[in-house]
Amino acid sequence: MISSALDGKMTPGPREITSNPRLSDKFFRAIVTSFGFSALIILTLIGAFLAVRGFQIFKSEGLHFITGFKWDVTIDDAGEVTYDMGIGAMLVGTILISTVALVVGVPLSISVALFLTFYAPIRIRTFLISIVDLMAAFPSVLFGLWGYFVLMPMATYWSKLLYKYLNWIPIFDAPEKFFERSPFIAGLVLAIMIIPIVTSVSREVFAQTPLDRVQAAYALGATRWGMIRTVVLPFGTNGVIGGAMLGLGRAFGETVAVYTILNLVFRPNWHILYGAGGNIASLIILKWGEATDLETNALLAAGFVLFLMTLGVNMGANFIVGRTLKSGK
Amino acid sequence: MNSEIIKPEKPWVLTPRQVAPRALLFSLAFFATIFTLNLTSFNGKLGFFFLLFAYSSAANLTYNVRKHGRKAIGESIAGSLILGGSLVVFLPVFSILFTTLQNGISGLHFTLFTESMSEASFIDPIGNGGLLHALIGTIYLIVISAVISVPMGIITALYLTEIKGPGSRFIQFVVQAMSGVPSVVAGLFIFSSVILLTPIKASSFAGALSLAILMIPTVTRTSQEVLLLVPSDLREAGLAMGATQWKTVVTIVVPAARNGLITATILGVARIAGETAPLIFTLGGADKVNLNPFKDYNSALPFYVWKGLSLGTPESLARAWSGILVLIVLVLSLFILARTFGSQKFKK
Repeated sequence: MISSALDGKMTPGPREITSNPRLSDKFFRAIVTSFGFSALIILTLIGAFLAVRGFQIFKSEGLHFITGFKWDVTIDDAGEVTYDMGIGAMLVGTILISTVALVVGVPLSISVALFLTFYAPIRIRTFLISIVDLMAAFPSVLFGLWGYFVLMPMATYWSKLLYKYLNWIPIFDAPEKFFERSPFIAGLVLAIMIIPIVTSVSREVFAQTPLDRVQAAYALGATRWGMIRTVVLPFGTNGVIGGAMLGLGRAFGETVAVYTILNLVFRPNWHILYGAGGNIASLIILKWGEATDLETNALLAAGFVLFLMTLGVNMGANFIVGRTLKSGK
Repeated sequence: MNSEIIKPEKPWVLTPRQVAPRALLFSLAFFATIFTLNLTSFNGKLGFFFLLFAYSSAANLTYNVRKHGRKAIGESIAGSLILGGSLVVFLPVFSILFTTLQNGISGLHFTLFTESMSEASFIDPIGNGGLLHALIGTIYLIVISAVISVPMGIITALYLTEIKGPGSRFIQFVVQAMSGVPSVVAGLFIFSSVILLTPIKASSFAGALSLAILMIPTVTRTSQEVLLLVPSDLREAGLAMGATQWKTVVTIVVPAARNGLITATILGVARIAGETAPLIFTLGGADKVNLNPFKDYNSALPFYVWKGLSLGTPESLARAWSGILVLIVLVLSLFILARTFGSQKFKK
């Protein structure tokens, strides 16, 4: 008996452990899976529709659509339409404003995140965290109103001070002394708007700092700042960078607040204090009202460029944040 | 036996002896600031806060270095900077709430919630008309986009937590990318697809579609966090009792996470209630009450504010501020609601 079993032919292989789902479960899984992929479908559709609508413009303007600084559509007497549309100035402006927002917003966010994680007493902490979350829920039109009527008078004064003492630095120079509605002020408002997201990502990352390292630093006699400098910041740097990139994505796409504050001008301006700037999202609502079909398509093309920019920045950011959060576990 | 209860010690609480020098230093810095402001060319609120911050940090630094030696230098400077930075961040929040209240109250009147702007114009005296149409429009937008995006968001979250299919990491990535879609792009997308290609024209429904795109990622991510908190014992118990997976999910997992899912919905609504940009392309904008969400232009609170803001006369601005006050009260109450639901733990 035994020998025949060892011969091989009779030996049954290990039993396969399967769970064959029932019909109802198959349905359930199919439905849930198809819903799961809906996000992907929506995202693809957004890209596809905007690209198709903008195709005509991309084809006729080519790379000039990105690098051109004009936005002219003229219809001559014969009914012939000539146009020259480019979002170069808006692109420059978007990047400039977002940079101001990051330079102002990120250090503040880091200090709030550190304060909330390591300094604030517990009772105040929960209250302040709700306030940061509430800040994220403020409507952007409110930031626009507040920025225009409350912040602008103050910020114009700050601009004058900066101009007076720092105009030897090229970006703080200005061709004329017109400091209202400048990229600087729009950037300040954007900074306040991105602080919640940058803060909450940084806070999440700081809270993931391995406790044993924190305790080890204290046990070696580190002060609180010494511990933060040697343990928390090296661990959290990538997460903070990711959070800042998420904030950058928000800053790229912010529309109403920037439109309220910024003075849109179709020429590139690198002087942050000077009241002339550009922003792709604001361009879209500025030109939307009286846009012809052709211009509408151009605006949709501009929307496509904006979509690609934010998508790229966001994906990079999520990749970095996800990796950092995982490394703490 | 001695029944005296021992009073617990709290060694971390500052004693009056420790508080006194700090308070003294702060008041010294305060007086020094006022002194400097009066004597030199520094002036204004900016000068005041800057000097106060500089003086009190310096005073703190000297005190700490005298007391603890040189290693307190970094500690003291960093502490001042972090505290100062946090104050700078929280000041605007209170400033925003305060200005809204201050400017919004002057625009409030009795007919605000009972009349629309159909027989009044934005530049009329404030007593005329109201924002009833905008309020109804906003309610339509919230309800329709919630009806669309809450099931989609929650089921997507179920895919990510319950099924954990082969594509779940990828879908997670896509949902995160979707949460970064600018609101203006969502509006453009609905315009270029729904409004241009289907019989549905600019209306509450089209507006709600564009808002749903913004709401789905918020609902998904919050629901996912909540569903992950449901103990896996519950799932295993359901399966061990012989339930199929869908019965386990529907009768055990989802009810267990009910409060969290409600929170997810409310947070999603709070995310979209104040969105303005997509509505510019999809809502049209009306001045009278429109009860049909699928046909004809409609209004919404953010749109009302936007209109008042762009007209720019004192009366229209007062209307904008009162509109934003109503909106902020709405968002704030949604927020508090979300907190109350969110703070309830699982019943064991």
